[in-house]
Amino acid sequence: MANQVWVYIDQFKGQATPSAWEAVSAAKSVAEQLGSGITALVIGSGVESLAQQAFDVGVDEVVVCEDGSLADFRVEPYAAVFAKVLGEARPKVVIGTASTRVRDLFAYASIDLESGVIVDATGLEIKDGAIVVTRPVYAGKLLCNEVAKKGQPLLVSVRVRAFPPPQSGAGKSGSVTKVSAVLGEDQLTTKVLDYVVEEGEVSVDGAAIIVSGGRGVNGPEGFEPLRALAKVLGGAVGASRAAVDAGWIPYSHQVGQTGKVVSPDLYIACGISGAVQHQAGMRTSKVIVAINKDKDAPIFNLAKYGVVGDLFEIVPALTEEFRKRLGK
Amino acid sequence: MNIVVCVKQVPDTAAKLQVVDSHVTWGDSPLIVNPWDEYAYEEALLLKEKFGGKATAISMGPESAVEALKTCLAVGCDEAYLITDPALKGSDASATALTLAKAVQKLGDVDLVLLGKQAIDGDTGLTAAMLGRHLGWTVLTQVIKIHEIDPAAKTIKVERFMEEGRQVCSAKLPAVVSVIKGINEPRYPSFMGIRKASKATIPNWSIADLGIEASRVGASGAFVAWPEIYPMPLKETKVEWIEGGSPQEIAAKLADKLIAEKVI
Ligand SMILES: Cc1cc2nc3c(=O)[nH]c(=O)nc-3n(C[C@H](O)[C@H](O)[C@H](O)COP(=O)(O)OP(=O)(O)OC[C@H]3O[C@@H](n4cnc5c(N)ncnc54)[C@H](O)[C@@H]3O)c2cc1C
Ligand SMILES: Cc1cc2nc3c(=O)[nH]c(=O)nc-3n(C[C@H](O)[C@H](O)[C@H](O)COP(=O)(O)OP(=O)(O)OC[C@H]3O[C@@H](n4cnc5c(N)ncnc54)[C@H](O)[C@@H]3O)c2cc1C
Repeated sequence: MANQVWVYIDQFKGQATPSAWEAVSAAKSVAEQLGSGITALVIGSGVESLAQQAFDVGVDEVVVCEDGSLADFRVEPYAAVFAKVLGEARPKVVIGTASTRVRDLFAYASIDLESGVIVDATGLEIKDGAIVVTRPVYAGKLLCNEVAKKGQPLLVSVRVRAFPPPQSGAGKSGSVTKVSAVLGEDQLTTKVLDYVVEEGEVSVDGAAIIVSGGRGVNGPEGFEPLRALAKVLGGAVGASRAAVDAGWIPYSHQVGQTGKVVSPDLYIACGISGAVQHQAGMRTSKVIVAINKDKDAPIFNLAKYGVVGDLFEIVPALTEEFRKRLGK
Repeated sequence: MNIVVCVKQVPDTAAKLQVVDSHVTWGDSPLIVNPWDEYAYEEALLLKEKFGGKATAISMGPESAVEALKTCLAVGCDEAYLITDPALKGSDASATALTLAKAVQKLGDVDLVLLGKQAIDGDTGLTAAMLGRHLGWTVLTQVIKIHEIDPAAKTIKVERFMEEGRQVCSAKLPAVVSVIKGINEPRYPSFMGIRKASKATIPNWSIADLGIEASRVGASGAFVAWPEIYPMPLKETKVEWIEGGSPQEIAAKLADKLIAEKVI
């Protein structure tokens, strides 16, 4: 059987990333109409258990490439496997989550496959038998509907949290095909030496709740009340560029056009005016709360709930309130 | 060290965009150097100052893109080339990367190509890895720090910004590297630099100059098309003000709302 719809399962150190399975939901949304099952491709080292997880969320077939040289993601050896497997299968589409790794992988392999890439999709649809992909462009100010013109498979990455995680418990099993690595270590130009991870920080990537601070927090210590609120809510701390450029918080927290693009369920903007470049990173959040001293701040045009007031009074009160309600 | 910097000209980040029949315009808002590409030219200049050699800026785009290249010359790049050809209109990232690859090959003797992370119009972030594949060179994207370069041994050590943290890797040159904010503080052009750049002549290259067949670029060479562009449908959000006599009262009301929204 030759499935027309494939998913690529993004993993880090053998674990599927939190958003990896969202690609399966996106795949399901088109597979049925195309009359196709879903094949999952897993590449890495220590990844064999991901096959069962894939069946569990409803995938029909799994192809695994397991090799020591694939322990860390490096684009050359991963793309070599990817291009070989998909060059033979030539399905209609391959879907993956829009991580840094998947972006590089799809871009690199597309040159070998001679097919197109569409990144950061927020919607997928079948129209007259063709896959139509919706994605934000111009820093999220505009939307765009895109299609493959030639070449197959079309490689589509879906924006984190644009599709829900698939339900597990499908209780399926199916065939697992093993394939070997294509490149040997001596053919690779890159070596991964280390990971430097910020200790104890919840990343804004994929976070369901983000408490974000801007120039209004007035200094590095001004983030403390925000961290306390984020901790009670189980969320991450974000920041405007003004706060990052002032050196109050590392760049990895910056939300916006030149920072991260996030789409949490809840975004609480504290002391952030809401410049268009900041909006570019957070406007698709489900519920936006703004706390600002200035009732004319543009952030209130985007917010569902607005509090005009001093963040240093409101945020601690909110932390206290949730601590009580959530029993923490 | 011979370094090539790829810059794209884009509408200003604050431009008010209008869309008519899927055609995007930005009124009299200025066109600027893609903000991420400022980090790329700054890094090229820093490396050049350290190791000597040449920094060359290239851009593919309409004739107006010459202004972006002038900015590169004004900050201190040695040379600039504009790749412009009616046949390039409608190019996707793959065709753009092919065109840039041919330009890098034509320049010859290049150790490092620097790009920005992403262009703020097309917003794909695909060009660097595609360009690297076309050239058959090392690809390092999302670089936030270049730790060291050994031009003699032809090696580079960088830190990449990933979801899980910073990945430190060493690699072989030549390489294609895309950079992000945090790697440096881009300089402003000096008055002298601007004067010099305004007098410079910037050669134009056509696809024939680069030996590219028209069928491989532009709308005819593209693997993807984007036939429909439209404004992001605005969620009808009218802010609901949460008021109260004390912060505690406001917090309690807001907590009620957020719990009812099922986002907590
Ligand atoms: C090319 C380019 C790229 C950019 N990229 C980004 C990006 O990625 N992300 C980003 O955020 N910005 C970006 N910017 C910058 C952006 O234009 C704004 O300058 C920035 O977002 C402003 O940050 P802010 O809202 O924290 O500061 P301000 O605009 O200064 O706003 C501070 C707000 O805090 C309020 N305030 C002050 N004190 C208190 C208090 N005690 N309690 C409550 N409220 C208070 C004020 O009323 C004000 O509204 C970019 C700009 C450019 C040109
Ligand atoms: C609305 C719209 C949607 C599009 N969607 C897609 C799509 O889904 N898939 C696709 O393949 N193409 C797409 N394109 C085409 C794509 O934008 C262009 O081919 C573009 O030149 C490369 O992609 P980018 O702008 O996303 O650049 P990115 O890959 O985001 O840019 C990264 C870096 O590459 C360099 N660079 C990019 N373009 C140039 C250039 N012209 N000259 C010099 N350096 C450059 C810069 O250093 C830049 O910082 C789209 C274009 C538009 C207008």
